[in-house]
Amino acid sequence: MAENFISRGFVSKRRVDDAAHKERIPPGQYETRDFPVLSAGPTPQTQLDRWTFSINGEIAEGLKLTWNEFLQLPSESITVDIHCVTKWTKLDTKWKGVAVETLLEKIDLEGNAEIKHLIAYAKGGYTTNIPLTDVLNKNAWVVYEYDGKPLTPEHGGPARLLVPHLYFWKSAKWIESFKLVKEDRPGFWESAGYHNYGDPWKEQRYAGD
Amino acid sequence: MSQLKWQFTTLVEAKWETPTVKTLVLDAPAWTGHKAGQHVDIRLTAEDGYQAQRSYSIASAPDDKNLSLTVERIEDGEVSPYLTDVLQTGERLELRGPIGGYFVWNSDQKKNNSQPLLLIAGGSGFVPLMAMIRHRANVGDNTPTRVLYSARSDEEIINREELEELASKDSALEIIYTLTRKQPKHWKGYHRRIDRQMIGEVAWTMKDNPLAFICGPTALVESAANLLQEIEYKSENIKTERFGPTGG
Ligand SMILES: Cc1cc2nc3c(=O)[nH]c(=O)nc-3n(C[C@H](O)[C@H](O)[C@H](O)COP(=O)(O)OP(=O)(O)OC[C@H]3O[C@@H](n4cnc5c(N)ncnc54)[C@H](O)[C@@H]3O)c2cc1C
Repeated sequence: MAENFISRGFVSKRRVDDAAHKERIPPGQYETRDFPVLSAGPTPQTQLDRWTFSINGEIAEGLKLTWNEFLQLPSESITVDIHCVTKWTKLDTKWKGVAVETLLEKIDLEGNAEIKHLIAYAKGGYTTNIPLTDVLNKNAWVVYEYDGKPLTPEHGGPARLLVPHLYFWKSAKWIESFKLVKEDRPGFWESAGYHNYGDPWKEQRYAGD
Repeated sequence: MSQLKWQFTTLVEAKWETPTVKTLVLDAPAWTGHKAGQHVDIRLTAEDGYQAQRSYSIASAPDDKNLSLTVERIEDGEVSPYLTDVLQTGERLELRGPIGGYFVWNSDQKKNNSQPLLLIAGGSGFVPLMAMIRHRANVGDNTPTRVLYSARSDEEIINREELEELASKDSALEIIYTLTRKQPKHWKGYHRRIDRQMIGEVAWTMKDNPLAFICGPTALVESAANLLQEIEYKSENIKTERFGPTGG
């Protein structure tokens, strides 16, 4: 705001003074060491022998994988910082999973140049939309391990999307499929007043930010 | 969509609800209204420019005169002790909102009675549910409503007088407490964490086509939502909000 407003008597307790560390915390966020849980509904339990992951949409041929097939795909171990729109940031989280790029290589994307968006679908009806260019080039993964252990249901297990450069609601828990589409379609939170893109560094929390 | 702008409000009244929970009544001239269940973001600014933001549910109903928040003081917290202990009446508080379009309930006269409500709260998770209860009462909606409120002790029940006053005048509103740590003498109610048997006794069954809102610490939300699924509630019948610090 134009005026220099000060909350009289407010003293920070969570300030980060170390510069290298501070650089990693986006505006309006604070660091947490817990791993908070946020979802709009109950946590679904999934049996691995019934789990499938598919890619479909406005493409000629889709893809469907079972749990065992999924585990056969080349995997990567990654350490990333995650930023939740409810203000917490957690540094150096460790995951293992398959790059979205690796999954999309199985689809003939070249013959589908007009595909511009990926809509992630999760168990329970949750959806979120991400520009395709954001998930290519290893900016996104479908992960199934957290901190060296199988991903627990409340954190999105058996497998969740991980798109660490966007607010964490884009990292859909309990992922079931990707729909590849030409036109953008706002997902669950994006239709409920949250920002369509969600860049934490630009503090794009809510529509219009 | 236009941006949710930061706005100034002024604290006009503050009232302790329990030894650690305080309601802040705000004068919010730029406020454009909200739905029961939504929240605001608060932003505090220190002298050196450092800012902290946190979310707080709106405790008042859309039809109440003032905007109010109900904040639990978290020992060693950055923002909540400022709100409960430092901010004085007459001083300004910066916020923006309303936020959240899912964990909301609107009285809908046409659909009245079609979906009985089950409101399950733990601790300060009661705040957005109280907004729904107030809204329901303000508009004279008689949707059958059951509240299952888990608190550590009876002193920690927020808005108890108002809640019981509303329930005494309204046979469609039932309040059930469970006091998990300390019970008053002669307490006949529940005195344990929410479990399967309790849900079986309190919850509407699926044939009533219920709508459940659950809010509180993560562990309580997880377990209540799972128990409802065990009695066949579908995910579209259950809306949750997790305040909790501790990730499960
Ligand atoms: C959508 C939403 C709505 C919310 N509505 C309300 C509300 O109506 N009333 C309300 O009082 N709070 C509410 N909260 C919680 C609130 O946003 C803050 O997290 C809380 O006030 C703690 O902030 P703090 O700055 O005081 O503590 P912090 O400085 O963030 O944390 C201090 C320490 O306390 C722990 N901690 C954080 N939160 C809690 C907690 N709730 N219980 C116990 N320990 C905790 C942290 O893990 C940390 O170790 C809501 C949160 C969300 C996401």
